[in-house]
Amino acid sequence: MHDILEKSGFNPDANYKVVGTSPIKHDGYDKVTGRAKFSADAFAPGMLVGKVLRSPHPHAIVKSIDTSKAEKLPGVKAVITREDFPEKKAGTGAGDMTRIAMAREKVYWEGHPVAAVAATSERIAKKALKLIEVDYEVLPFVIDEVEAMQPGAPILHDYLRTKGATGADADKPTNIVERSVLKQGDIEKGFAEADVVIERSFDSKPMHQGYIELQSCIANTSDDGQVDLWCCTQAPWVYRDRLTAIMDIDSSKIKIQQSELGGGFGGKTTFYIEPLAVALSRKAKAAVKMTMTRAEVLKGTGPVSGTHAKIKIGAKKDGTIVAAQSELSFQTGPYTGSAFVNAQQAIWTRYDIANVETLCYEVVSNRPKVASFRAPCVPQIIFGAEAVITELAQAIGMDELDFRLKNAVAKGHTTIYGQKFDEIGLIETIEAAKNCDHYKSPVPEGQGRGIACGFWFNRGGETTGTMSLAPDGTVNIILGTADVAGSRMSMAMMAAEEFGIPVDRVRATLADTNALGFNRVTAGSRTTFSSGMVVVNNARQIIGELCSRAAKMWKVPEEGVIFEDGFCRPASSNVGDFEPMSMKEISSKTTYTMGAISAHSEMNVTGAGPGFAVHIVDTEVDKETGFVAVKRYTIVEDAGKMISPIQVEGQLQGAAVQAIGWALNEEYIYGADGRLQNAGFLDYRMPVASDVPMIDTVIVEVPNPKHPYGLRGVGEVPLTPGPAAIGNAIANAIGVRPTSLPMSPPKLLALMKSAKA
Amino acid sequence: MSKKYHVSLTVNGDEYECLAEPQMTLLDVLRDELKLTGTKEGCATGDCGACSVMVDGRLTCSCLVLAPEAEGRSVETIEGMAKDGELHPLQQKFLEMNGLQCGICTPGILVAAKALLDRKPDADEMEIRYWLAGNLCRCTGYDKIIRAVMAAGEEMKGA
Ligand code: FES
Ligand code: FES
Repeated sequence: MHDILEKSGFNPDANYKVVGTSPIKHDGYDKVTGRAKFSADAFAPGMLVGKVLRSPHPHAIVKSIDTSKAEKLPGVKAVITREDFPEKKAGTGAGDMTRIAMAREKVYWEGHPVAAVAATSERIAKKALKLIEVDYEVLPFVIDEVEAMQPGAPILHDYLRTKGATGADADKPTNIVERSVLKQGDIEKGFAEADVVIERSFDSKPMHQGYIELQSCIANTSDDGQVDLWCCTQAPWVYRDRLTAIMDIDSSKIKIQQSELGGGFGGKTTFYIEPLAVALSRKAKAAVKMTMTRAEVLKGTGPVSGTHAKIKIGAKKDGTIVAAQSELSFQTGPYTGSAFVNAQQAIWTRYDIANVETLCYEVVSNRPKVASFRAPCVPQIIFGAEAVITELAQAIGMDELDFRLKNAVAKGHTTIYGQKFDEIGLIETIEAAKNCDHYKSPVPEGQGRGIACGFWFNRGGETTGTMSLAPDGTVNIILGTADVAGSRMSMAMMAAEEFGIPVDRVRATLADTNALGFNRVTAGSRTTFSSGMVVVNNARQIIGELCSRAAKMWKVPEEGVIFEDGFCRPASSNVGDFEPMSMKEISSKTTYTMGAISAHSEMNVTGAGPGFAVHIVDTEVDKETGFVAVKRYTIVEDAGKMISPIQVEGQLQGAAVQAIGWALNEEYIYGADGRLQNAGFLDYRMPVASDVPMIDTVIVEVPNPKHPYGLRGVGEVPLTPGPAAIGNAIANAIGVRPTSLPMSPPKLLALMKSAKA
Repeated sequence: MSKKYHVSLTVNGDEYECLAEPQMTLLDVLRDELKLTGTKEGCATGDCGACSVMVDGRLTCSCLVLAPEAEGRSVETIEGMAKDGELHPLQQKFLEMNGLQCGICTPGILVAAKALLDRKPDADEMEIRYWLAGNLCRCTGYDKIIRAVMAAGEEMKGA
């Protein structure tokens, strides 16, 4: 199927006309005029409004739910509870998913849905929620994962046994989902060789992805059971298949259309209100619109994993890191799925270390189930890892970047998880950091500078897409991967480059789930890379077809036709004397040749190119208040080849400010009652424009040899070293090492005080 | 049945009337009654600025205005920013300079930025940053937004 593509890796000598420029993105126009349709901007005929009743308790048995009064309220058309979802065995994938959507035996966090109502107005729906009587048997709860690991901690699931546990406790109920070790070399021997050893503990609190678009959806279930679902999602096909898994609806009967996506960052890779809307619509026999409030988003959708980390690292005097040992624990909420393995693998990927041991625990507790967020689990672990790297460099007396350079991985290195790196740009990135203006300029008086180095794997995976040529010679692309920040435009640009036509002659649109085969989620920085492969493959198929049609029309052999800049031409004067034929001329005559020209590809894309970044940050810390001002921020990153530089810069800058939020402010704060205390944007404070400086970018381009345009992926790498770089900057500014995220004013004040004492 | 209030208002120069429940906000009226969905809801508590509109010439969070309070007011929204088929310089600069990624914050930010530049086209970086401090954007890191506003101001000064 894709041998066309496989024959052609990246061509370093190509001269691009479209790729590498920064045209206005096509979806931008409707976004600056207010016409773009985000999830909440849709309405359906006869639409009802749905609302969710959520648990006020972090942990309780749901003894009974009486909905009779709510059902009798005029205007209420449907009330649903656990009874409206088929039983799925607890502890299985479907069992967990259905219980996250709607509580069954127990509620596991404050905000866990227990019932939902569809009514003719929002006011009536809310009134009905108050009439639902839930009888709870309140249970002891546990919020923190380290506490949840202790003997005697309240147990969430009686059935849970630790995967990977041995010994006497292996068969006891526990909150530890998994104990996992990843190691290489001989850790004891490694430390024996070290001249300097640093050992520290770190912790981090969960932050929320913080997308501005509240989750909203409209579900319409027809009388024969067909489901039409409109929603904001990074993963339409995944939502569909999960609906099938928990509701026993044939996938062919579910059509999901993604709206414009108002931010996701990983948080919209799994559904929340969508199955409830489907169930309400099925019961009410009408379209149901549900929109979360901000408090519901913060309480009811997944933040990231809070963590604890004990890290020990050793190096020789010459700067060689010889051993790194860590013990990491990850919150996952009440159910497994933190993706902690990312962190286990990525903690040291920048460096060639002979002896490594990384022990991880994934732990359930009474918090909302975590969800992905740009490089899931990695930035909060790199926070500690890059802190000890900096401390090692300082202890040895080496320049921080030289120290990193000395240990940097390069092409040919095999990682601890078995990947052999092809062309990677870590060394180029560190060199570029050394040469950038920020690093070369002196640290301003009273400030501290921090450096950290980050990594993300970048991903590929299952991707499908079609492309068609219209009779006027313009090109349509149908994509399966959600567009989270401009990937439609990058696809159009790659297609325009292939055809040698202006990008305005190409449009990319997002498919519904009936239009294409399965597409994996837009996550892992895989979309521009993977769908880009599909687009290039389709374009090359179409070019082949254009040549074959031209050959037919000229009555010459196919090899006698070449394609260049939008035209089919005779390969040489020997072929004959023909005027070049445009895409339009050929495609307007398809009635006389073999019918319309289109192409279609399904791939399980491999060959993603890992990405590396160095962040350089200058901070100033107010000694009286503990307030941190970020004064200067530079991201140096290997982006592979850039399709649209302005979009790549935007990804990097956005990630830097998310990192600033995570580093300095954002956290989930729980009261003694196990309830979230800051479920609103006033108290869950994300960075605003006046909190941050301009974000400078230095983009290195080491092309990924496995992609026709040398692409890597830029969505996640730029978040990974952010909190660490800021932490290092603060440590250098105040002379003590902060070890807890976020590094908020009260914590820093206490730290400075204890250092003085 | 709760009593509904009759509300008449002008939006972008056009007259509208609707019946609003007492708890409804101007944001609800714009979006759900008038189907002018360019104005967004990000929090409904006045903390994100996605719902920014002009009410009688003042920059306002429409989620904090009750519908009956909008009676007789003149409201300007993102839908009225492009005039006579021409994008406003702010809209043009946001497109050219990538002042938007997902675009959900964009209408609110454009309305707020216009309110500033109308009075002060030569606002500097810090003034723009503080003026827009009520408008959350999670995607861009603000860099390109601030630059686009400065560039639009430059152009408006010249106009
Ligand atoms: S919706 Fe009005 S300020 Fe957020
Ligand atoms: S562009 Fe997405 S929130 Fe601003």
